[in-house]
Amino acid sequence: MRIRPLVALATLALLGSSCSLANEDDKSDDAAPGECGDVVLVTHDSFDLPKKLVAAFEKESGCSLTHSPAGDGGELTSKLTVTQGDPIGDVAFGVDNTFAGAALEAGVFAPYDADLPSGADQYLLEGDDEGVLTPVDNASVCVNVDTAWFADNDLEPPTTLDDLVDPAYRDLFVTPAATTSTPGLAFLLATIGEYDDDWVAYWEDLVANGAKVVKGWEDAYYVDFTFSGGDRPIVLSYDTSPAYTVAEGESSTAALLDTCFRQVEYAGVLEGAANPEGAERVIDFLLGPEVQAALPTSMYVFPVDADATLPPEWAQFAEQPAAPIEVPAADISEHRREWLMEWTDITSS
Amino acid sequence: MRRLAGLLALAAVPTAVLAVFFLLPVTGMLQRGFWTDGSFDPGAVLEVLGRERTGRVIWFTLWTSATSTVVAVVLGLPAAYVLHRLAIPLRGAVRAALLVPFVLPTVVVGIAIRELVADSGPLGFLGLDGTPYAILIGLVFFNVAVVIRTVGTAWESLDRRPAEAAAALGASPVQVLTTVTLPALRPAIVSAAAVVFLFCATGFGVVLMLGGTRYASVETEIYLLTTGAITGSVEYQAAAALSLVQLAAVVVLLAVAARLRAVPDPTVRRALAVPARPRKQDVPALVATGLVLVAIAAPVVTLVVGSLRRDGAWTLVHYRALQGTGEDAGAAGMGGGLLRAPVTEALANSLRIAVDATWMSLLLGLLVAFVVTRRARGRAEASVRNVFDGLFMLPLGVSAVTLGFGFLITLDDPPIDLRSSPLLVPVAQALVALPLVVRVLVPVLQGIDDRQRQAAASLGAGPLRTLLTVDAPVLWRPLLAAAGFAFAVSLGEFGATSFIVRAEVPTLPVVIYRLIGSPGALNYGTAMAASVVLAGATALVILLVERLRVPGVGVI
Repeated sequence: MRIRPLVALATLALLGSSCSLANEDDKSDDAAPGECGDVVLVTHDSFDLPKKLVAAFEKESGCSLTHSPAGDGGELTSKLTVTQGDPIGDVAFGVDNTFAGAALEAGVFAPYDADLPSGADQYLLEGDDEGVLTPVDNASVCVNVDTAWFADNDLEPPTTLDDLVDPAYRDLFVTPAATTSTPGLAFLLATIGEYDDDWVAYWEDLVANGAKVVKGWEDAYYVDFTFSGGDRPIVLSYDTSPAYTVAEGESSTAALLDTCFRQVEYAGVLEGAANPEGAERVIDFLLGPEVQAALPTSMYVFPVDADATLPPEWAQFAEQPAAPIEVPAADISEHRREWLMEWTDITSS
Repeated sequence: MRRLAGLLALAAVPTAVLAVFFLLPVTGMLQRGFWTDGSFDPGAVLEVLGRERTGRVIWFTLWTSATSTVVAVVLGLPAAYVLHRLAIPLRGAVRAALLVPFVLPTVVVGIAIRELVADSGPLGFLGLDGTPYAILIGLVFFNVAVVIRTVGTAWESLDRRPAEAAAALGASPVQVLTTVTLPALRPAIVSAAAVVFLFCATGFGVVLMLGGTRYASVETEIYLLTTGAITGSVEYQAAAALSLVQLAAVVVLLAVAARLRAVPDPTVRRALAVPARPRKQDVPALVATGLVLVAIAAPVVTLVVGSLRRDGAWTLVHYRALQGTGEDAGAAGMGGGLLRAPVTEALANSLRIAVDATWMSLLLGLLVAFVVTRRARGRAEASVRNVFDGLFMLPLGVSAVTLGFGFLITLDDPPIDLRSSPLLVPVAQALVALPLVVRVLVPVLQGIDDRQRQAAASLGAGPLRTLLTVDAPVLWRPLLAAAGFAFAVSLGEFGATSFIVRAEVPTLPVVIYRLIGSPGALNYGTAMAASVVLAGATALVILLVERLRVPGVGVI
């Protein structure tokens, strides 16, 4: 039972090395009068803006902006729902028209009547009677094909949703999951809009035809898509994506415009926010001309501001669908859970 | 009467802690499941139990746990014999090495197994990636150590005379094994199997990382339901239903196990068998042990190698990336990285939180252990003690995920608004570690002859002096051991932490999970490097504990 000094010392050193309770800096939320203070912006993981714009905003408004990514679109909504009333930030960006119903039901957001840029009111959410969600950007979720791959493999690329269950395209399609990612859910809604009650059969065929379901859009596009070095030449992405794959004046991918569902992303002040004034300023910032003009290059989405100038290659390569597939917002709110549960069953068994 | 009052006073602190940090969150979660809009409505919960997916999840949990348990016992028995009865070289080192998998953080094991069975990994040719067999491998990897430990400790102190007598009477070695040794070991084997089954059934990180939404166990299903991964919204009813199923199952299992092993505690005052020199007939057991060692080393080695390789060459780039915040596939402007803080900062957070969690669980564990081991005088005292004993084993039965989610939804209203408190994570981790701490300390305290205390008292020592002179000298080593285990548990804790961790103060397992779930080879490589670091830190702690180990104090 002799004490082994070395062991005891080592243990003590280990314990002592990183003592102890709250020795982190305690950041205060209180702002001096007239100042904006700390604002926490909660977003999905795909959120990005040029640093310069953020710095200019902080300087001008006196706000100190903290960006807090909270996972994919679905995860973001879940987190906001669970922490309703005592939110994990002051303002949230990235809840879209597919998940908005859940957030509205849970009372996640507080009303804010922002000054909308011209043309933005067409994107307001149906059913948002209190006026809590402010549209910031939009893009249509469409099936994309790697045209270069199809040319190399002497295969005609698919053009419709029907084509995706054709055995000629077996094991070639990858899509993010409808439960964890907003484009994934948008795609599920596109199939529901297209096939009505037969969507279940469609998805069974799709899974039987080797469709791969991954967690988020990033996984699908940056990992599995052939353009990024993966092995699947058909991917669920956006109508804007072909503008991203331009080289020498040509895009090597194309969006299938008959497979699209329009996604609108919203920002909103969180109910119970510590700094609601700061939150409102952030929403105004997101609607401002600088951010609206930066959205295409930063996040690959269209601004809601009709007057914002688009990058030149967008006019050529980011063609928007004339008539995206639609599902009424009320139907989405009413059946989303049920649809997703069924979808999970189909894709995970 | 004064003794009873003293007992209750001693019990008050841990009970209060348990009430606030355990009963409140868990009932809060159950309440949200059973009450909708203020009215009691168990219909939704019952409906969940009837769902096809629920049945599948429960069945998956049962068959994977049962299979893993059987495999772990079969693999563990020969190794228990070799490591606890034979004099082989490096016995201590091998024993310590075999303990490491058990305390490895689950995210680390998940990533290691994934690397092992991936198409490009050493076992890629078996095509196990994305199958339930990968999960089985992970569960067995974790739990062989438990079997070796528990059975080995019993085997070590097994009276060898009956076996010798049988042999002298002409029994073959196989006959001796099946008619004498195994029956004598039965309580230990059953006990080990029960614990392994429990760990498998409540295993989280490994199943989540290897199974996703496709192969979900009850525990991961609760996580998926509460994070909206099944229906896109938070499913309180379904999560509550599954938590109840799990709680009931664990309580039954613990009760059955307690009954089955109702034999004299083999860890108290035992004669240790002198290790025998290996003989010819031991060759199969030695070979089997060697294979187990290789099987346990394989994922670890694969992980370390994977963390050091990139594009077919050796490199430290993944370790250098630990100073960064990960690679965000889409974003390059604002913030740029994937994480809120560099990975190294997450390691520092983990260590700091583990220190806090350790002292908290030790403090609570000590109080609990003292209360439960006081010799009861009279019925009232005995029943108080029994209730208390059961109460503190509860955290073992409630999933860490349920606990974490309960913390998230209940501890955010005054008077107990702790959601943004830095203490929340250590408290949760301390509770997860508590049953382990209690299990280490209780047998030791029970082993102290109460007459020693009485003698001290009759010689004029006060209660404090008695404690210092009688209990303390025996207790300090197991206490350090318990501290080590609590520290290791806290370092690797993921289930509860993932819910309540603050985005700006992430722990290392949370960061690893985040990195691994994001696209990009660098993120995956960084996750592997971080896993190696985390595994290294944990292993170091456990090896220190192993050196402290009083022979035969059968932990786990």
